[in-house]
This record gives sequence, C-alpha cells and structure tokens, in this order.
Amino acid sequence: MTTVTTNAPASIVSKILAALMHQRLLAFASLIVLLIVFSFASPNFMQMSNMIAILQATSVNGVLAIAATLVIITGGIDLSVGTMMTFCAVMAGVVLTKAGLPMPLGIIAAIGTGAFCGFCSGTFVAKLKIPPFIATLGMMLILKGLSLVISGTRPIYFNDTPGFDQISRGSLIGDVLPFLPIPNGVLILFIVAGVASYILSRTVLGRYCFALGSNEEAVRLSGVNTDRWKIAIYALSGAIVGIGGLLIASRLNSAQPALGLGYELEAIAAVVIGGTSLSGGRGTIIGTLIGALIMAVLTNGLRVLSVAQEWQTVVTGAIIILAVYADMMRRRKAA
Amino acid sequence: MLSRRTLMGAISAAALIMGTPAMAQDELFIPLVSKGFQHQFWQAVQAGAEQAAAEEGVRITFEGPDNETMVDRQIDMLAAALANNPAAIGFAALDSQAAIPLLRQAADAGIPIVAFDSGVDSDIPVTTATTDNRAAASLAADKMAELIGGSGTVAVVAHDQTSRTGIDRRDGFLDQIEAKYPDIQVVTVQYGQGDQLQSTEVAKAILVANPELDGMFGTNEGSAIGVVNAVRELGTQGVTIIGYDSGKAQTDAIREGLMAGAITQNPVGIGYETVKAAVAATKGEDLPKIIDTGFYYYDQSNIDNAEIQAVLYD
Repeated sequence: MTTVTTNAPASIVSKILAALMHQRLLAFASLIVLLIVFSFASPNFMQMSNMIAILQATSVNGVLAIAATLVIITGGIDLSVGTMMTFCAVMAGVVLTKAGLPMPLGIIAAIGTGAFCGFCSGTFVAKLKIPPFIATLGMMLILKGLSLVISGTRPIYFNDTPGFDQISRGSLIGDVLPFLPIPNGVLILFIVAGVASYILSRTVLGRYCFALGSNEEAVRLSGVNTDRWKIAIYALSGAIVGIGGLLIASRLNSAQPALGLGYELEAIAAVVIGGTSLSGGRGTIIGTLIGALIMAVLTNGLRVLSVAQEWQTVVTGAIIILAVYADMMRRRKAA
Repeated sequence: MLSRRTLMGAISAAALIMGTPAMAQDELFIPLVSKGFQHQFWQAVQAGAEQAAAEEGVRITFEGPDNETMVDRQIDMLAAALANNPAAIGFAALDSQAAIPLLRQAADAGIPIVAFDSGVDSDIPVTTATTDNRAAASLAADKMAELIGGSGTVAVVAHDQTSRTGIDRRDGFLDQIEAKYPDIQVVTVQYGQGDQLQSTEVAKAILVANPELDGMFGTNEGSAIGVVNAVRELGTQGVTIIGYDSGKAQTDAIREGLMAGAITQNPVGIGYETVKAAVAATKGEDLPKIIDTGFYYYDQSNIDNAEIQAVLYD
C-alpha cells in the first residue's frame, strides 16, 4: 500500500534517505566485487588507462540513464532517449558547422532541443493522456527520422569548431593533476549526476517526481497541477539527454545521424540494475550511476579477458533479471 | 541483503572467469576490431585472420559492434583492446575520423596499427589491407553499362556515407558512369545501412517510383540482397542487378539468373593479410601503404571456377 502524505514532509524525507542508504550499499557492493574479481582474473584490467576507458564508456550511457531515471520514477518510461540524443547532436552540428555560429550557441542548441523534445513528450503524456511507452516510442521514431532528414543522412563533423571535442575528450582534471587524466566527459557525467540527485532529493520538482510515481491520483486530488509538473520533469529529462548528445558528438567529433537506436535499452538497463523500480515512486541517481558503471565494468572486463563477444550480452541480460529479482525479494521481505 | 546482491555479483563474475581462456604470456597478442558481425563477410575475414594467426603462432581476437552505426561502441572496444598491451592492432574503421585520437594514443605507445577493409583519414596506420573499392565499383559500372546496352536509367542502393568503403564504392560507381557513359542516368542513390530489410524497402520504393528502371547496384551484401528481395517481391522484370560480396542469398540469385553478377572482394585474404602485416610490423619490417587484396567480377559463367570459389563465402 503506497500513499503519499503531502503534509508530513519529514517522513517522506526520512523514508527516501533510508531507501537511498539501502540501495546505494547493495549496488555499490556488487560493483566492488566485480572490480576485484576482474582484477584478479587479468593483470591488465586494473590500470589507469583501462579504468579511464571504463569511465569514458559509461559517460554517455550514464547521462542517458540519469535522464531516464527521472521519467521512470514518475511511473513512466522514455524510449526516446537514444534517438533524442542523436537529434540533439545533429542540431548542435547544424548550429556549429552548418551555420558557423560560436560554440556556446551550439551547446545551448543541443540542450534546448532536448528540453523541447522532452516538453513535447511530456505534453503527449500529460495533456493528451497517451501512455508514456507509446508517446516516447512515437517520439523515438520521429527523432530517428528527423536526425537523418536534417543531417542529409551524412555525419556532420565539428572540425571547424576547434575545442568542441575537448568537451568530452579534453581533461580539465588532467591539466591540474597530470597523474589523473580523467576526461571531461566523465566530469560532466558526475556533475549531471550531482545536480540531478540534488533536484530529486531537495527540490519540490524532485518531491513531485516521487509523488507522481507513487500515487498520481492522490497528488491530483490534493489540488496539485500534475500536468505541469509532469511536463516539467520530461523537459528536464530531455535537457539532460541534450547534454548526452553533446557528449557523444564531442567524443566522436561528429554527429552520427544513424546512431542512437538501441541506446535507450542500455540506459533503461542501467536504471534497473541500479535499483530503480519500473513501476515508479522509488529510485536514486546514485543507483543509476552505479548500474551504468556495473554494465561498463562487465563489458570491459569481459573484453579484456577476451571472452567471446556473443557471451557479453548474455551476461548483461542475466544480471538485469537477477538484479530485479533480488530487488523484488528485498521489498517483499521489507513489506 | 548485503550478502544477496554481493553473492550475485560474485557468482556472475566467477562464472565469467571459468570461461576465460588461459593467457599465454609468450605468444604475441593481436586484437582485431572490425565493423561488426552483421554480414557473413566478416566471418570470412575472421577465418582468414585465424588462418594467418595459426601459421604465425600468434593469438588474435576478433570483435565488432552489434551494427555498423555504433561508432562509439567500436571506440570502446578499441580502448579495451589497448588495455591488454597488444603487440599490434587490426582496425576496420566505421568512421574514418572518429577513432583517430585513440589510434594516435596507441601509436605513441609503440603499438602498430594495421587498418583493414575501411581505412582512416590519417597516416597513423602502418598499412591498410583493403580492396581497391573505387576500382571495383568502376568495374561494376562498366559491367552494368555493358549489360543494359550503354544507355538507360540506373539506381544505387548504398550502405553508408561515413566509412571509406561506403564512400568509395558509391563514388567509384557514380564517377565511372559520369565519365564514360553519358547516356546512362543515375536516378537516385539511397542508403539502407547495409541492413537487408531496410535495403529491401528502400529498393522497393525506388522500383515503384521508377517503373522503367534498367539497372540497380547494391554496394554491399546487405544492400544487394535487399535489391534482390525487392525485385522478387514486386515481380519486376527487366532490371539488371549487380551486387557486391557474396553470401548464399547472392550466389543463389546469380545462379537463378535473378542477379546479373556481382563484385567479390577477397575477405579471407583481407583477414589473412591483416594479421600477416601486423606480425611483420611488430618485427619492424617496412610495409607498403596499401595491401591490395584484390577483387573479381563473377556471374553465372564463372561462378564455379576454382579461383572465384576460393573467395566466395556462404
């Protein structure tokens, strides 16, 4: 039985904090175990360059997963994160390469495009009452096509915008601490995670995120404009996807318009492994981050061990099922 | 609760390790990162690579992303391959520019890169083992012109615009038509991403829009099979189809007479030469800039010749 009491904020906060503590420890422990096991299995695994490769591989998927977490907590789902990311990258390409405008405008274009697409998805879900699965599925296909249309099905290179690739590939940390060349893309991932986590736990928007996921009807009956909050959450999620678009465009120094389809499933997998429930009402950003890291560590570790590629996705799929099952068991016991 | 999740992590990890091959420290290790597993073409390349690896006594791995749009996944694979401090690396770039920073890193670490199939826009690779795709596509254009009588309309179903092979095959065909056959008009070039289903739909749309079309050229296995499927499903008559690579669907179509002919590369040769070149590079030998692995045109008349059969795959 899940009810939301909007006039007893202290209990909600302490409940959320308790859940945070619990989920964080579980997922984190698994991550540590994996790292230890792979380090023993291969002497090449635990090197600085490989750890950085893992973080770099996590950055885009992690940002998409964070965006998806926000929507999933409200009880919805966002299948469009993959192609939306590509669309934002293409829009950055149009602004920077085709129109020749300065870099800050390109960054704003990418994030703004994401926010706008999220706004549209949110409107379909909230105002038109289209189920999130369908609304975002439609959005995914629309954006997939638009990416190809606007880019002329060719990749848009950012060679004319010097420094653009430094957004993801450069290393501000490395400039200060030469022994720690962590790419900016990873730094951005952690900043996004921190901000999203703050929003979820300390702001009204975050509170309504959980509330909408637990019991939307109760929130609506309390006199809250659920439509407005839902749209705001989808728009925020879209803006974060826009940052993901910037990251991948910067990483490849190009906007690849055919890319993106399939990335949404990896993002959702990271969210689920991290302990967020697909039925909404519960979830943490740190859990998602750890879920994304677990997937990246698994994939990289298996590759470094030269395990056949076909087995890598078999393992990931098995982990997802185990993660959700373990989570269900834990909640059944706690109830 | 702590123990359950931890246990799960430990079990999965332990299961993985049991499947790990023993790492021989004295063998040279050469990972090959290809464009994917999408086509049987890559299986043939792998077969050639493994043949050379067995001859040279080196250990190779062969991997590629799930589909040929996943440019960033391929870079992640390259990064993981570098972690094992390989003796050399083979790389078939999905995008001719995206991997250059990582390749530069590898080169700085003293790891020679052998590019295969699709080269990169840089002089970092010590050599590129590839088909001269421009020349091969030009040959396809010549054959097409010959078969449709020197004049008419043709269309191209290509695979992509980011890789060297995609660009070279499309341009090789188009440039040759423009240069030598002014009476042949190319009505459209469409892209099917090398995916058979997508290419089928693309080819169908072209055929419906151009009912009097004389010829179609598919620039890789998936594209060509898409064209064949489209003609079969629509029942169109009188379209001359020229394909690329082989695979059972294409060879069957040629034997049936549905496809006029196709260009075949030498995928086994590409894999073989890549590994051979990589080993030579580790010994510090000089290598030519391009290793031309060759191409042939085959049709009903010569498909069963020994020399053609050697380079075809199922």
